[in-house]
Amino acid sequence: MTNPMKIRAATSDGVTEVRVLIAHDMETGQRKDAAGALIPAWFVNELTVKHNDKVVLSGDVGASVAKNPYLAFKFKGGAKGDKIVVSWKDNKGETRSDEVAIT
Amino acid sequence: MNNQRRKVLKTGAGAALLSALAAAGIITPNMALAEWNRAAFEAKNLADALKAMGVTVPLSSKDAQLTGPDIAENGAVVAVGVNTTLPNVSMVAILIEKNRNPLAVSFNLPAGTEPNIKTRVKMAETSNVYALLKSDGKFFMVSKEIKVTLGGCGG
Repeated sequence: MTNPMKIRAATSDGVTEVRVLIAHDMETGQRKDAAGALIPAWFVNELTVKHNDKVVLSGDVGASVAKNPYLAFKFKGGAKGDKIVVSWKDNKGETRSDEVAIT
Repeated sequence: MNNQRRKVLKTGAGAALLSALAAAGIITPNMALAEWNRAAFEAKNLADALKAMGVTVPLSSKDAQLTGPDIAENGAVVAVGVNTTLPNVSMVAILIEKNRNPLAVSFNLPAGTEPNIKTRVKMAETSNVYALLKSDGKFFMVSKEIKVTLGGCGG
């Protein structure tokens, strides 16, 4: 089960700012539950952001990134209505992709 | 709650578990990207993490900044950012020296993407936080100490 990401992409003066909030627990594998058993590691480890079909940011992510990872960056180009697609994959192999139009 | 969480952060065996998961084939590389650099992310200290990333003696630079709070009341969510005026930045990574696995994240920046990235990380304790950048094929590293308030009661 994965939950939708919140994505905002806005362009001004030829630069597009993308902000992404991923809904993910980002368990480090170092926490214990109430019974003292280790909670298995579960975190996003790969992330790709595409503008139309061009990759504008890709990243490897570790468990040190906070729960519900937030990311903001800018790239040159992008026009209103263009598609921004954010995809991630976690260490259990689950994936999710969400898209938004640039405003 | 937070106190307990911090202790647990320090005492777990996350890396061993990760290796087990990897061995069982649960962690598989994404075909569209280079394989997740497991050695770098599982490295237990800064030097090993840099080595696994293929970084040789990074230079320091006045043209790059790591932004973040001087004091973080909650180590679970620390907002940090990296920005620089260095040219042709192709990689930006954030490392937290005293975390169990220092490497938090590494981004690949294609041409056209600005080396100005903000994200949020976890910190187990007060530590130097490093931003590693690759500009024109050379590695640069800048750092900032972020104090994590222990006790969980911010004042």
